[in-house]
Amino acid sequence: MNEALSDMDAAAPRLEVRGLACTRGERLLFTDLNFSLAAGQALLIEGPNGSGKTSLLRLMCGLGLADAGEIRWCDRDVDDYRTEFLTDIAYVGHANGIKLDLTARENVDFTRALGCPRPQLAAAGALAALELKRLEDTPCRKLSAGQRRRVALARLLVLNARLWLLDEPLSALDARAVLRFEALLRAHLDDGGLLILTTHRPIDLGQYEVKRIVLGA
Amino acid sequence: MNQPRVLSAYMMLLRRDVTLAYRNRAELANPPLFFVLVVSLLPLGIGPDSALLGKIAPGAVWVVALLATLLSLDNIFRSDFEDGALELLLISPQPMPVLVLAKVTAHWLIAGLPLLIFALPLALMLYLPWRALPVLIATLALGTPVLSLIGAIGVALTVGLRRGGLLLALLVLPLYIPVLIFATSAVSAAAAGLPVSGQLAIMAALLILALTLAPLAAAAALRIALN
Repeated sequence: MNEALSDMDAAAPRLEVRGLACTRGERLLFTDLNFSLAAGQALLIEGPNGSGKTSLLRLMCGLGLADAGEIRWCDRDVDDYRTEFLTDIAYVGHANGIKLDLTARENVDFTRALGCPRPQLAAAGALAALELKRLEDTPCRKLSAGQRRRVALARLLVLNARLWLLDEPLSALDARAVLRFEALLRAHLDDGGLLILTTHRPIDLGQYEVKRIVLGA
Repeated sequence: MNQPRVLSAYMMLLRRDVTLAYRNRAELANPPLFFVLVVSLLPLGIGPDSALLGKIAPGAVWVVALLATLLSLDNIFRSDFEDGALELLLISPQPMPVLVLAKVTAHWLIAGLPLLIFALPLALMLYLPWRALPVLIATLALGTPVLSLIGAIGVALTVGLRRGGLLLALLVLPLYIPVLIFATSAVSAAAAGLPVSGQLAIMAALLILALTLAPLAAAAALRIALN
Protein backbone atom coordinates (compact mmCIF):
# COMPACT_ATOMS: atom_id res chain seq x y z
CA MET A 1 0.00 0.00 0.00
CA ASN A 2 2.74 2.42 0.96
CA GLU A 3 4.56 1.76 -2.25
CA ALA A 4 1.42 2.49 -4.23
CA LEU A 5 0.99 5.70 -2.28
CA SER A 6 4.46 6.99 -3.13
CA ASP A 7 3.93 6.03 -6.76
CA MET A 8 0.82 8.13 -6.79
CA ASP A 9 2.58 11.06 -5.18
CA ALA A 10 5.22 11.01 -7.88
CA ALA A 11 2.72 11.05 -10.73
CA ALA A 12 1.33 14.41 -11.78
CA PRO A 13 -2.21 14.56 -10.44
CA ARG A 14 -4.67 13.93 -13.19
CA LEU A 15 -8.33 13.12 -13.03
CA GLU A 16 -10.09 11.27 -15.77
CA VAL A 17 -13.76 10.36 -15.92
CA ARG A 18 -14.97 7.96 -18.57
CA GLY A 19 -18.52 7.04 -19.51
CA LEU A 20 -20.03 7.96 -16.16
CA ALA A 21 -23.77 7.42 -15.78
CA CYS A 22 -26.05 8.02 -12.83
CA THR A 23 -29.74 7.44 -12.17
CA ARG A 24 -31.72 8.56 -9.16
CA GLY A 25 -34.76 6.37 -8.70
CA GLU A 26 -36.30 6.12 -12.14
CA ARG A 27 -34.76 9.31 -13.45
CA LEU A 28 -31.62 9.34 -15.58
CA LEU A 29 -29.45 12.25 -14.43
CA PHE A 30 -26.61 11.90 -16.89
CA THR A 31 -25.09 9.26 -19.07
CA ASP A 32 -21.78 8.80 -20.87
CA LEU A 33 -20.14 11.73 -19.10
CA ASN A 34 -16.48 12.20 -20.00
CA PHE A 35 -14.00 14.80 -18.83
CA SER A 36 -10.44 15.07 -17.69
CA LEU A 37 -8.69 17.54 -15.45
CA ALA A 38 -4.98 18.22 -14.94
CA ALA A 39 -3.03 20.11 -12.31
CA GLY A 40 -3.97 23.78 -12.13
CA GLN A 41 -7.30 23.30 -13.91
CA ALA A 42 -10.79 23.90 -12.62
CA LEU A 43 -14.05 22.33 -13.69
CA LEU A 44 -17.32 24.15 -13.32
CA ILE A 45 -20.42 21.95 -13.29
CA GLU A 46 -23.44 23.86 -14.50
CA GLY A 47 -27.08 23.06 -14.87
CA PRO A 48 -30.52 23.87 -13.51
CA ASN A 49 -31.70 22.74 -10.06
CA GLY A 50 -32.11 19.00 -9.88
CA SER A 51 -29.92 18.26 -12.89
CA GLY A 52 -27.51 16.08 -10.91
CA LYS A 53 -24.68 18.45 -9.96
CA THR A 54 -24.62 17.34 -6.33
CA SER A 55 -25.04 13.70 -7.36
CA LEU A 56 -22.01 14.01 -9.62
CA LEU A 57 -19.89 15.49 -6.83
CA ARG A 58 -21.00 12.82 -4.35
CA LEU A 59 -20.22 10.19 -6.92
CA MET A 60 -16.75 11.64 -7.44
CA CYS A 61 -15.87 11.23 -3.76
CA GLY A 62 -17.38 7.76 -3.49
CA LEU A 63 -20.50 8.63 -1.49
CA GLY A 64 -22.74 7.59 -4.35
CA LEU A 65 -22.55 4.64 -6.70
CA ALA A 66 -22.25 5.15 -10.44
CA ASP A 67 -24.38 3.01 -12.73
CA ALA A 68 -21.60 2.84 -15.28
CA GLY A 69 -18.21 4.30 -16.04
CA GLU A 70 -15.00 4.75 -14.15
CA ILE A 71 -13.09 7.49 -12.38
CA ARG A 72 -9.32 7.44 -12.72
CA TRP A 73 -6.94 9.40 -10.52
CA CYS A 74 -3.26 9.47 -11.50
CA ASP A 75 -4.02 6.76 -14.10
CA ARG A 76 -5.49 4.34 -11.58
CA ASP A 77 -9.09 3.29 -11.06
CA VAL A 78 -10.12 4.90 -7.77
CA ASP A 79 -12.21 1.86 -6.82
CA ASP A 80 -8.97 -0.11 -6.43
CA TYR A 81 -7.11 2.62 -4.53
CA ARG A 82 -9.90 4.10 -2.46
CA THR A 83 -7.84 4.99 0.63
CA GLU A 84 -5.10 6.72 -1.36
CA PHE A 85 -7.68 8.63 -3.37
CA LEU A 86 -9.51 9.73 -0.24
CA THR A 87 -6.30 11.19 1.23
CA ASP A 88 -6.10 13.33 -1.90
CA ILE A 89 -9.59 14.84 -1.88
CA ALA A 90 -11.32 17.45 0.23
CA TYR A 91 -15.09 17.84 -0.05
CA VAL A 92 -17.38 20.60 1.12
CA GLY A 93 -20.93 19.52 0.48
CA HIS A 94 -24.25 21.25 0.57
CA ALA A 95 -24.42 20.73 4.33
CA ASN A 96 -21.54 22.29 6.17
CA GLY A 97 -20.70 19.17 8.14
CA ILE A 98 -19.59 21.19 11.14
CA LYS A 99 -20.82 20.50 14.67
CA LEU A 100 -22.69 23.52 16.02
CA ASP A 101 -21.78 22.80 19.65
CA LEU A 102 -18.05 22.84 18.90
CA THR A 103 -16.04 25.99 18.36
CA ALA A 104 -14.70 26.89 14.94
CA ARG A 105 -11.22 25.81 15.96
CA GLU A 106 -12.40 22.46 17.38
CA ASN A 107 -14.21 21.75 14.13
CA VAL A 108 -11.16 22.44 12.01
CA ASP A 109 -8.88 20.52 14.39
CA PHE A 110 -11.16 17.51 14.06
CA THR A 111 -10.80 17.61 10.28
CA ARG A 112 -7.03 17.66 10.70
CA ALA A 113 -7.10 14.59 12.95
CA LEU A 114 -9.33 12.67 10.59
CA GLY A 115 -7.64 13.36 7.29
CA CYS A 116 -4.16 13.86 6.01
CA PRO A 117 -3.24 17.28 7.45
CA ARG A 118 -0.92 19.87 6.02
CA PRO A 119 1.86 20.05 8.60
CA GLN A 120 2.64 23.73 8.13
CA LEU A 121 -0.91 25.04 8.59
CA ALA A 122 -2.71 24.79 11.92
CA ALA A 123 -6.41 25.44 12.44
CA ALA A 124 -5.75 29.03 13.56
CA GLY A 125 -4.01 29.84 10.27
CA ALA A 126 -6.83 28.40 8.18
CA LEU A 127 -9.44 30.34 10.13
CA ALA A 128 -7.41 33.53 9.83
CA ALA A 129 -7.28 33.05 6.05
CA LEU A 130 -11.08 33.25 6.03
CA GLU A 131 -11.21 36.18 8.47
CA LEU A 132 -12.50 34.12 11.36
CA LYS A 133 -9.61 34.82 13.72
CA ARG A 134 -11.78 36.71 16.21
CA LEU A 135 -14.40 33.97 16.23
CA GLU A 136 -12.25 30.89 16.52
CA ASP A 137 -13.32 30.13 20.10
CA THR A 138 -17.00 30.89 19.53
CA PRO A 139 -19.37 27.91 19.37
CA CYS A 140 -20.53 27.58 15.77
CA ARG A 141 -24.16 27.73 16.94
CA LYS A 142 -23.63 31.44 17.56
CA LEU A 143 -22.21 32.13 14.09
CA SER A 144 -24.23 33.41 11.15
CA ALA A 145 -24.91 31.23 8.10
CA GLY A 146 -22.09 32.84 6.14
CA GLN A 147 -19.64 32.47 9.01
CA ARG A 148 -20.54 28.80 9.37
CA ARG A 149 -19.93 28.37 5.68
CA ARG A 150 -16.51 29.93 6.11
CA VAL A 151 -15.67 27.48 8.92
CA ALA A 152 -16.60 24.64 6.56
CA LEU A 153 -14.39 26.13 3.83
CA ALA A 154 -11.50 26.58 6.28
CA ARG A 155 -11.39 22.78 6.54
CA LEU A 156 -10.13 22.69 2.94
CA LEU A 157 -7.00 24.59 3.84
CA VAL A 158 -5.75 22.28 6.59
CA LEU A 159 -5.91 19.14 4.46
CA ASN A 160 -3.12 18.04 2.19
CA ALA A 161 -5.62 17.35 -0.59
CA ARG A 162 -4.93 18.09 -4.24
CA LEU A 163 -8.49 17.70 -5.51
CA TRP A 164 -11.13 19.98 -4.05
CA LEU A 165 -14.78 19.11 -4.60
CA LEU A 166 -17.05 22.00 -3.71
CA ASP A 167 -20.84 22.06 -3.80
CA GLU A 168 -22.09 25.65 -3.97
CA PRO A 169 -19.15 27.00 -1.93
CA LEU A 170 -20.26 30.60 -2.26
CA SER A 171 -23.73 30.17 -0.79
CA ALA A 172 -24.35 32.60 2.08
CA LEU A 173 -20.96 34.32 1.63
CA ASP A 174 -20.85 38.11 1.43
CA ALA A 175 -19.03 39.95 -1.37
CA ARG A 176 -15.85 40.42 0.66
CA ALA A 177 -15.70 36.75 1.65
CA VAL A 178 -16.28 35.73 -1.97
CA LEU A 179 -13.25 37.78 -3.07
CA ARG A 180 -11.17 36.27 -0.32
CA PHE A 181 -12.25 32.73 -1.15
CA GLU A 182 -11.58 33.24 -4.87
CA ALA A 183 -8.01 34.22 -3.96
CA LEU A 184 -7.69 30.98 -1.96
CA LEU A 185 -9.00 28.98 -4.93
CA ARG A 186 -6.43 30.62 -7.22
CA ALA A 187 -3.67 29.85 -4.69
CA HIS A 188 -4.81 26.21 -4.67
CA LEU A 189 -4.66 26.04 -8.48
CA ASP A 190 -1.31 27.79 -8.37
CA ASP A 191 0.03 25.00 -6.10
CA GLY A 192 -0.92 22.48 -8.78
CA GLY A 193 -4.25 21.62 -7.23
CA LEU A 194 -7.40 20.59 -9.06
CA LEU A 195 -10.83 22.00 -8.47
CA ILE A 196 -14.35 20.83 -9.26
CA LEU A 197 -17.20 23.03 -8.19
CA THR A 198 -20.84 23.82 -8.75
CA THR A 199 -22.12 27.32 -8.38
CA HIS A 200 -24.97 29.51 -9.51
CA ARG A 201 -22.95 32.66 -8.90
CA PRO A 202 -20.26 33.96 -11.25
CA ILE A 203 -16.80 33.06 -10.02
CA ASP A 204 -13.52 34.65 -11.05
CA LEU A 205 -10.51 32.34 -11.19
CA GLY A 206 -8.21 34.76 -13.03
CA GLN A 207 -5.88 33.30 -15.60
CA TYR A 208 -6.57 29.66 -14.69
CA GLU A 209 -8.28 27.47 -17.21
CA VAL A 210 -11.89 26.76 -16.31
CA LYS A 211 -13.54 23.84 -18.07
CA ARG A 212 -17.31 23.66 -18.06
CA ILE A 213 -19.79 20.84 -18.30
CA VAL A 214 -23.51 21.43 -18.46
CA LEU A 215 -25.82 18.81 -16.99
CA GLY A 216 -29.48 18.39 -17.86
CA ALA A 217 -29.04 20.14 -21.19
CA MET B 1 -2.34 4.66 6.96
CA ASN B 2 -0.15 3.53 9.78
CA GLN B 3 -1.42 2.42 13.16
CA PRO B 4 -0.92 5.57 15.27
CA ARG B 5 -2.98 7.74 12.90
CA VAL B 6 -5.92 5.34 13.09
CA LEU B 7 -5.69 5.30 16.86
CA SER B 8 -5.57 9.09 17.05
CA ALA B 9 -8.59 9.36 14.75
CA TYR B 10 -10.43 6.94 17.05
CA MET B 11 -9.52 8.99 20.12
CA MET B 12 -10.42 12.31 18.45
CA LEU B 13 -13.84 11.10 17.38
CA LEU B 14 -14.49 9.58 20.82
CA ARG B 15 -13.47 12.82 22.51
CA ARG B 16 -15.55 14.89 20.09
CA ASP B 17 -18.69 12.86 20.76
CA VAL B 18 -18.22 12.93 24.53
CA THR B 19 -17.61 16.71 24.38
CA LEU B 20 -20.76 17.19 22.31
CA ALA B 21 -22.78 15.12 24.79
CA TYR B 22 -21.35 17.10 27.68
CA ARG B 23 -22.33 20.39 26.04
CA ASN B 24 -25.85 18.99 25.58
CA ARG B 25 -26.22 17.86 29.17
CA ALA B 26 -30.01 17.92 29.13
CA GLU B 27 -30.05 15.15 26.54
CA LEU B 28 -27.29 13.31 28.39
CA ALA B 29 -29.54 12.84 31.40
CA ASN B 30 -32.42 11.25 29.49
CA PRO B 31 -31.54 7.50 29.46
CA PRO B 32 -30.51 7.28 33.15
CA LEU B 33 -33.50 9.40 34.15
CA PHE B 34 -35.87 7.08 32.29
CA PHE B 35 -34.16 4.11 33.95
CA VAL B 36 -34.50 5.54 37.47
CA LEU B 37 -38.09 6.76 37.00
CA VAL B 38 -39.49 3.52 35.57
CA VAL B 39 -37.73 1.21 38.02
CA SER B 40 -38.77 3.33 41.00
CA LEU B 41 -42.40 3.30 39.82
CA LEU B 42 -42.51 -0.51 39.86
CA PRO B 43 -42.70 -1.02 43.65
CA LEU B 44 -45.40 1.65 43.79
CA GLY B 45 -47.46 -0.23 41.26
CA ILE B 46 -46.81 -3.75 42.52
CA GLY B 47 -46.82 -3.17 46.25
CA PRO B 48 -44.15 -3.48 48.93
CA ASP B 49 -43.99 -7.29 48.94
CA SER B 50 -40.24 -7.92 49.36
CA ALA B 51 -40.36 -11.55 48.22
CA LEU B 52 -42.22 -10.71 44.99
CA LEU B 53 -40.08 -7.64 44.24
CA GLY B 54 -36.86 -9.61 44.84
CA LYS B 55 -38.07 -12.23 42.39
CA ILE B 56 -38.86 -9.79 39.57
CA ALA B 57 -35.91 -7.44 40.25
CA PRO B 58 -33.46 -8.99 37.74
CA GLY B 59 -36.01 -8.89 34.93
CA ALA B 60 -37.30 -5.43 35.87
CA VAL B 61 -33.84 -3.83 35.98
CA TRP B 62 -32.75 -5.46 32.74
CA VAL B 63 -35.92 -4.77 30.73
CA VAL B 64 -35.85 -1.10 31.70
CA ALA B 65 -32.10 -0.85 30.99
CA LEU B 66 -32.75 -2.34 27.57
CA LEU B 67 -35.54 0.12 26.80
CA ALA B 68 -33.45 3.04 28.05
CA THR B 69 -30.70 2.02 25.64
CA LEU B 70 -33.20 1.64 22.81
CA LEU B 71 -34.48 5.18 23.41
CA SER B 72 -30.99 6.66 23.20
CA LEU B 73 -29.81 4.68 20.16
CA ASP B 74 -30.89 7.19 17.55
CA ASN B 75 -28.31 9.67 18.88
CA ILE B 76 -25.44 7.52 17.61
CA PHE B 77 -25.71 8.65 13.98
CA ARG B 78 -28.78 10.91 13.66
CA SER B 79 -27.25 14.33 14.33
CA ASP B 80 -24.14 13.56 12.26
CA PHE B 81 -26.41 12.47 9.43
CA GLU B 82 -28.46 15.65 9.59
CA ASP B 83 -25.58 18.15 9.60
CA GLY B 84 -23.48 16.36 6.98
CA ALA B 85 -20.71 15.30 9.36
CA LEU B 86 -21.43 11.63 8.63
CA GLU B 87 -20.58 12.13 4.94
CA LEU B 88 -17.23 13.58 5.95
CA LEU B 89 -16.53 10.58 8.18
CA LEU B 90 -17.33 8.25 5.29
CA ILE B 91 -14.98 9.98 2.87
CA SER B 92 -12.16 10.36 5.37
CA PRO B 93 -9.24 8.05 4.64
CA GLN B 94 -9.65 6.36 8.03
CA PRO B 95 -11.25 2.89 8.09
CA MET B 96 -14.97 3.37 8.69
CA PRO B 97 -15.41 0.42 11.12
CA VAL B 98 -12.89 2.07 13.48
CA LEU B 99 -14.83 5.34 13.35
CA VAL B 100 -18.08 3.46 13.98
CA LEU B 101 -16.46 1.79 16.98
CA ALA B 102 -15.44 5.21 18.31
CA LYS B 103 -19.01 6.46 18.01
CA VAL B 104 -20.39 3.33 19.71
CA THR B 105 -17.82 3.65 22.51
CA ALA B 106 -18.94 7.22 23.06
CA HIS B 107 -22.59 6.12 23.09
CA TRP B 108 -21.86 3.47 25.69
CA LEU B 109 -19.96 5.91 27.90
CA ILE B 110 -22.86 8.36 27.69
CA ALA B 111 -25.88 6.04 27.82
CA GLY B 112 -24.63 2.66 29.06
CA LEU B 113 -22.19 3.39 31.85
CA PRO B 114 -24.63 5.51 33.93
CA LEU B 115 -27.04 2.54 33.96
CA LEU B 116 -24.38 0.46 35.75
CA ILE B 117 -24.05 3.11 38.42
CA PHE B 118 -27.78 3.66 38.97
CA ALA B 119 -28.56 -0.08 38.89
CA LEU B 120 -27.00 -0.60 42.30
CA PRO B 121 -29.37 1.53 44.45
CA LEU B 122 -32.35 0.57 42.30
CA ALA B 123 -31.69 -3.15 42.71
CA LEU B 124 -31.45 -2.68 46.48
CA MET B 125 -34.74 -0.80 46.40
CA LEU B 126 -36.31 -3.84 44.72
CA TYR B 127 -34.98 -6.18 47.46
CA LEU B 128 -32.56 -8.00 45.17
CA PRO B 129 -30.42 -10.18 47.49
CA TRP B 130 -27.01 -8.72 48.26
CA ARG B 131 -25.16 -11.73 46.84
CA ALA B 132 -26.70 -11.11 43.39
CA LEU B 133 -25.55 -7.49 43.15
CA PRO B 134 -22.04 -8.16 41.77
CA VAL B 135 -23.55 -10.46 39.15
CA LEU B 136 -26.12 -7.82 38.17
CA ILE B 137 -23.34 -5.29 37.63
CA ALA B 138 -21.27 -7.87 35.75
CA THR B 139 -24.16 -8.67 33.40
CA LEU B 140 -24.77 -4.97 32.78
CA ALA B 141 -21.07 -4.40 32.14
CA LEU B 142 -20.99 -7.23 29.61
CA GLY B 143 -24.47 -6.68 28.19
CA THR B 144 -24.92 -2.94 27.68
CA PRO B 145 -21.97 -2.67 25.24
CA VAL B 146 -23.62 -5.43 23.20
CA LEU B 147 -26.86 -3.42 23.18
CA SER B 148 -24.97 -0.34 21.90
CA LEU B 149 -23.10 -2.33 19.25
CA ILE B 150 -26.16 -4.15 17.88
CA GLY B 151 -28.13 -0.92 18.07
CA ALA B 152 -25.54 0.83 15.92
CA ILE B 153 -26.30 -1.58 13.07
CA GLY B 154 -30.00 -0.85 13.37
CA VAL B 155 -29.49 2.91 13.49
CA ALA B 156 -27.09 2.79 10.55
CA LEU B 157 -29.74 0.98 8.50
CA THR B 158 -32.57 3.35 9.42
CA VAL B 159 -30.74 6.69 9.62
CA GLY B 160 -31.77 7.65 6.09
CA LEU B 161 -35.47 7.15 6.84
CA ARG B 162 -37.50 10.01 8.19
CA ARG B 163 -39.53 7.97 10.64
CA GLY B 164 -37.30 5.02 11.42
CA GLY B 165 -38.11 4.77 15.14
CA LEU B 166 -40.52 1.85 15.06
CA LEU B 167 -38.54 0.04 12.39
CA LEU B 168 -35.43 0.43 14.51
CA ALA B 169 -37.17 -1.23 17.48
CA LEU B 170 -38.43 -4.07 15.26
CA LEU B 171 -34.96 -4.63 13.82
CA VAL B 172 -33.04 -4.47 17.04
CA LEU B 173 -35.29 -6.00 19.74
CA PRO B 174 -35.11 -9.61 18.45
CA LEU B 175 -31.33 -9.35 18.56
CA TYR B 176 -31.48 -8.04 22.13
CA ILE B 177 -33.44 -11.06 23.39
CA PRO B 178 -30.45 -13.43 23.88
CA VAL B 179 -28.69 -10.77 25.96
CA LEU B 180 -31.82 -10.26 28.07
CA ILE B 181 -32.37 -14.00 28.62
CA PHE B 182 -28.81 -14.82 29.67
CA ALA B 183 -28.43 -11.72 31.82
CA THR B 184 -31.63 -12.18 33.81
CA SER B 185 -31.04 -15.91 34.18
CA ALA B 186 -27.55 -15.18 35.57
CA VAL B 187 -28.88 -12.68 38.10
CA SER B 188 -31.75 -14.96 39.15
CA ALA B 189 -29.34 -17.87 39.55
CA ALA B 190 -27.02 -15.74 41.67
CA ALA B 191 -29.95 -14.68 43.85
CA ALA B 192 -30.78 -18.37 44.38
CA GLY B 193 -27.15 -19.12 45.22
CA LEU B 194 -26.45 -21.12 42.05
CA PRO B 195 -23.32 -20.88 39.87
CA VAL B 196 -23.44 -18.29 37.08
CA SER B 197 -20.18 -18.79 35.18
CA GLY B 198 -21.98 -20.43 32.23
CA GLN B 199 -24.29 -17.48 31.57
CA LEU B 200 -21.50 -14.95 32.05
CA ALA B 201 -19.25 -16.85 29.65
CA ILE B 202 -21.98 -16.77 26.99
CA MET B 203 -22.48 -13.04 27.56
CA ALA B 204 -18.75 -12.47 27.18
CA ALA B 205 -18.85 -14.45 23.95
CA LEU B 206 -21.78 -12.31 22.72
CA LEU B 207 -19.76 -9.18 23.53
CA ILE B 208 -16.73 -10.38 21.59
CA LEU B 209 -18.91 -11.39 18.65
CA ALA B 210 -20.64 -7.99 18.60
CA LEU B 211 -17.35 -6.14 19.06
CA THR B 212 -15.81 -7.79 16.02
CA LEU B 213 -18.75 -7.92 13.65
CA ALA B 214 -21.05 -5.00 14.49
CA PRO B 215 -18.65 -2.18 13.45
CA LEU B 216 -18.15 -3.85 10.07
CA ALA B 217 -21.89 -4.33 9.57
CA ALA B 218 -22.74 -0.80 10.70
CA ALA B 219 -20.08 0.72 8.43
CA ALA B 220 -21.47 -1.18 5.45
CA ALA B 221 -25.02 -0.17 6.38
CA LEU B 222 -24.02 3.51 6.57
CA ARG B 223 -22.53 3.32 3.10
CA ILE B 224 -25.86 2.03 1.79
CA ALA B 225 -27.92 4.53 3.81
CA LEU B 226 -25.98 7.50 2.44
CA ASN B 227 -25.89 6.37 -1.17
